Amino acid sequence: MATQTLNHADAHHDAAHDEEHHPGLAHHFDNMEQQRDSGTLGMWVFLVTEIMFFGGMFLAYMLFRASNPNEFAAGSYQLDVLLGGINTAVLIGSSLTMALAVFFAQTGNKSLLVLFLLATILLGFVFLGIKAVEYGTKFSHGTIPGRNFKVEHKKMEEYEEHHHGDAAANVDPARLQMFFVIYFMLTGVHALHMIIGIGVMSVLVFFALRNRYSPEYHSHIELAGLYWHFVDIVWIFLFPLLYLIGRH
Amino acid sequence: MSSINSPFDKPFEQPVDSPGGRMRPVPAERNYLNADYSVRSWLLTKDHKRIALLYLFSVSFFFFIGSIYAMLIRLELLTPKGDLVQAATYNKLFTHHGIIMIFLFLIPSIPAILGNFLVPLMIGAKDLAFPKINLLSWYLYMIGAVIVSSAIMIGGVDTGWYFYVPYSSNFSNTYVTLAGLGIFVLGFSSILTGLNFIVTTHTMRAPGMTWFRLPLFIWSHYATSLIMLLGTPVIAITLLLLVFERTFHVGIFDPTIGGDPVLFQHLFWFYSHPAVYIMLLPGMAIISEIIATFSRKNIFGYKFVAFSSIAIAVFGFLVWGHHLFSSSQSVFAGMIFSFISFAVAVPSAIKVFNWTATLFRGSISYDTPMLYALGYIGLFAIGGLTGLFLASLGMDVHLTDTYFVVAHFHYVMVGGTLLAYLGGIHYWWPKITGRLYPEGWGRFSALIVFVGFNLTFFPQFLLGFLGMPRRYHAYPPEYQVLNVLSSAGASILAIGFTIPLIYLLWSLRYGPKATDDPWMATGLEWRTSSPPPTENFVETPIVTWEAYEFAPQETMKVVGKLTPDDKPDRSSYSGN
Amino acid sequence: MSEHIVSKNLYFLIFGALMVLTAITVGVAFVNLGPLNNVVALTIAVIKALLVILYFMHVRYSSRLTWLVIVGGFFWLAIMFVLTSSDYLTRGWVSFTR
Repeated sequence: MATQTLNHADAHHDAAHDEEHHPGLAHHFDNMEQQRDSGTLGMWVFLVTEIMFFGGMFLAYMLFRASNPNEFAAGSYQLDVLLGGINTAVLIGSSLTMALAVFFAQTGNKSLLVLFLLATILLGFVFLGIKAVEYGTKFSHGTIPGRNFKVEHKKMEEYEEHHHGDAAANVDPARLQMFFVIYFMLTGVHALHMIIGIGVMSVLVFFALRNRYSPEYHSHIELAGLYWHFVDIVWIFLFPLLYLIGRH
Repeated sequence: MSSINSPFDKPFEQPVDSPGGRMRPVPAERNYLNADYSVRSWLLTKDHKRIALLYLFSVSFFFFIGSIYAMLIRLELLTPKGDLVQAATYNKLFTHHGIIMIFLFLIPSIPAILGNFLVPLMIGAKDLAFPKINLLSWYLYMIGAVIVSSAIMIGGVDTGWYFYVPYSSNFSNTYVTLAGLGIFVLGFSSILTGLNFIVTTHTMRAPGMTWFRLPLFIWSHYATSLIMLLGTPVIAITLLLLVFERTFHVGIFDPTIGGDPVLFQHLFWFYSHPAVYIMLLPGMAIISEIIATFSRKNIFGYKFVAFSSIAIAVFGFLVWGHHLFSSSQSVFAGMIFSFISFAVAVPSAIKVFNWTATLFRGSISYDTPMLYALGYIGLFAIGGLTGLFLASLGMDVHLTDTYFVVAHFHYVMVGGTLLAYLGGIHYWWPKITGRLYPEGWGRFSALIVFVGFNLTFFPQFLLGFLGMPRRYHAYPPEYQVLNVLSSAGASILAIGFTIPLIYLLWSLRYGPKATDDPWMATGLEWRTSSPPPTENFVETPIVTWEAYEFAPQETMKVVGKLTPDDKPDRSSYSGN
Repeated sequence: MSEHIVSKNLYFLIFGALMVLTAITVGVAFVNLGPLNNVVALTIAVIKALLVILYFMHVRYSSRLTWLVIVGGFFWLAIMFVLTSSDYLTRGWVSFTR
């Protein structure tokens, strides 16, 4: 017959008791801790799906680079490493401001929470602005994948000079396109995630200004933070894989 | 009134003799169905039970659309000549049949309908962890379904349901892009359902509901959710790449400018092979419940069955290469994939053996759900074992793209999943609607389905082995006898699906009222009223019995009164 | 509340480390190390990602379940890469024709 012992942890009861009537507690949860744990787990599980989503593109990157190594090096050479580097710094900076926003949410400092959320949004816009400049340059040179793909000859000459007499100088211009396909897919989907993140963050600023968050209730901020850091991590891999091959 | 065992009699008013000697009108019991009748209360509901019903209507609708395509296919194949439709039309028929049945019916069917309804009830929760996301997933399903349907209505798709490049990217001038986008949206719906189940299983269990007291239904749905979460994003990106390729002609899958068509097949089957287990595992979930209830025995080897679900989910991700045996995939990789494919048979066999062992010396009753379950075991065994033929590298080269493959996966998908789905609908019908279906008609139609199914698909094994390729609208005359048998079987099958539709709808109005626990089963879903109240349980249940413990019903009462500060068992993950 | 609050100074420290690692990865890219270039670039990227995950995302202080979810995610990514590579790297090892 069944054991009559109950396995739930009695230790949690006291902590749970005094917050049972919190206005932020949804009807189907028993207490705030259960609600927060569910949210956090849900976000992490969602991020795992994001890993697999980007993973498909990284797999394509790996296979295409393996079959077209010189074309990838030449393509990478045509990107602006300075702008890419600045953007990396900007995005890491925005991760810092996001982490600080979470800190001030935990400690209940509303004005600094709003300030750092706004700073994160601002840095996000800076990143997207620089990205737009890079895209614009590519558009003006016609190095856009598709039927009208054009090779930027000045950059190609620079690259060939750099690798003079080198096996790496052997580039098939038709296949150069593959690098830019992957470049635009990866950075485009990444930028889309940034835009979504900025949208979410703007809503959070609105909520924060209406005093919705407190040290007991700020899961939204934490979850948005997890998402934002994830987008940062994707870029941490994109930067060396796209901008830094074929520099030496 | 409700059953003698219900601990929830008290909250509902009993009929009482009034002083005048006449029965006072009995107020209807408050439940999730009669809580509110407005359209708005359905379309904006956050109740998992109502969302399950929304799914039931929409998914059933698409099942019947998909069936119409199947009937057209079988009608065309009645004669060797392609005399009903042209070749190009036939290509669209089987593509539409495949897309609708797989993406709009099989994948959402059991998880989104029965899973949605039962997961919170079985673990003793008030709802899924994210009710709004649950509703969102239904809307995404509807949006995806509308996009796919519009692609079909404005001209259709002719690539086959797996959209192989380069045909789908460079040559087909049908609405591949639109269909791809629709499936992309459907994928998000599936991901959100899986996410909800995973989180709910971890954080929403009632006090005393430990991992090994969970019904096997939950274990299987947990495994299904893992696949939804880990596989679906990959098909999303694959279809996105295909849409890009078609829209901008960028050559991702075009070898002439450095692309790679085999990459498409790898990415596609990385999802689509595990997706087979998205369709299969929930069926197994239902069978475990039905077998235990109608043998009145604990499942033989509970932990083995539980972990075999997880093992199927994991192994399922390691075998996709067996769909590429006849592509340019390396033969060495083919051997590896072939070997691992055989390994998947082990956890599947564990389930079949354990169900059989559960039947041994059980007190078996042959009610409708049990008939479906027994049919399932036999048909799934045939479907699974013929899968091993196809997993053998050499054999597969002969059988690839023949009717043998078609018969194999229909034995698994229809003989397996669809039978389990029908069994599950019958089994939980009293709980969902509060009404009993007519048992005689139920048994009769279960037998019709079984006969019709075998007559439809067994001849296809023979056809395939003789070399009849799939996806052609005409065939040599010597194949006609077997094809006629198959088409005749399809007609019987159609009758077998129509009878339940009629009597289930009939039972909504005329069926006898169901008690709380009409099958004398063990799960928590039977410890509340039929149909359940909106918040599922009047008091948070405390579980003190093991899964499938057919103890005297009094001892399975939901004991004790729980104060709101009690919380689910979380000892399994919080830091110990 | 079992929530762990990471101190501000630790955040600044991690930020500094990430910036230094970014500078290193750019610098190394201009030096020809042969195939080692990829190894170095990816190693640095993994270290940076770990720093973000462990500290900015608080995983160092999270439950075992969170760890399991993350490790599971990367494990599945590895399955996709390894098994796909098992095709591309072994083409021609075994042949149907003699």
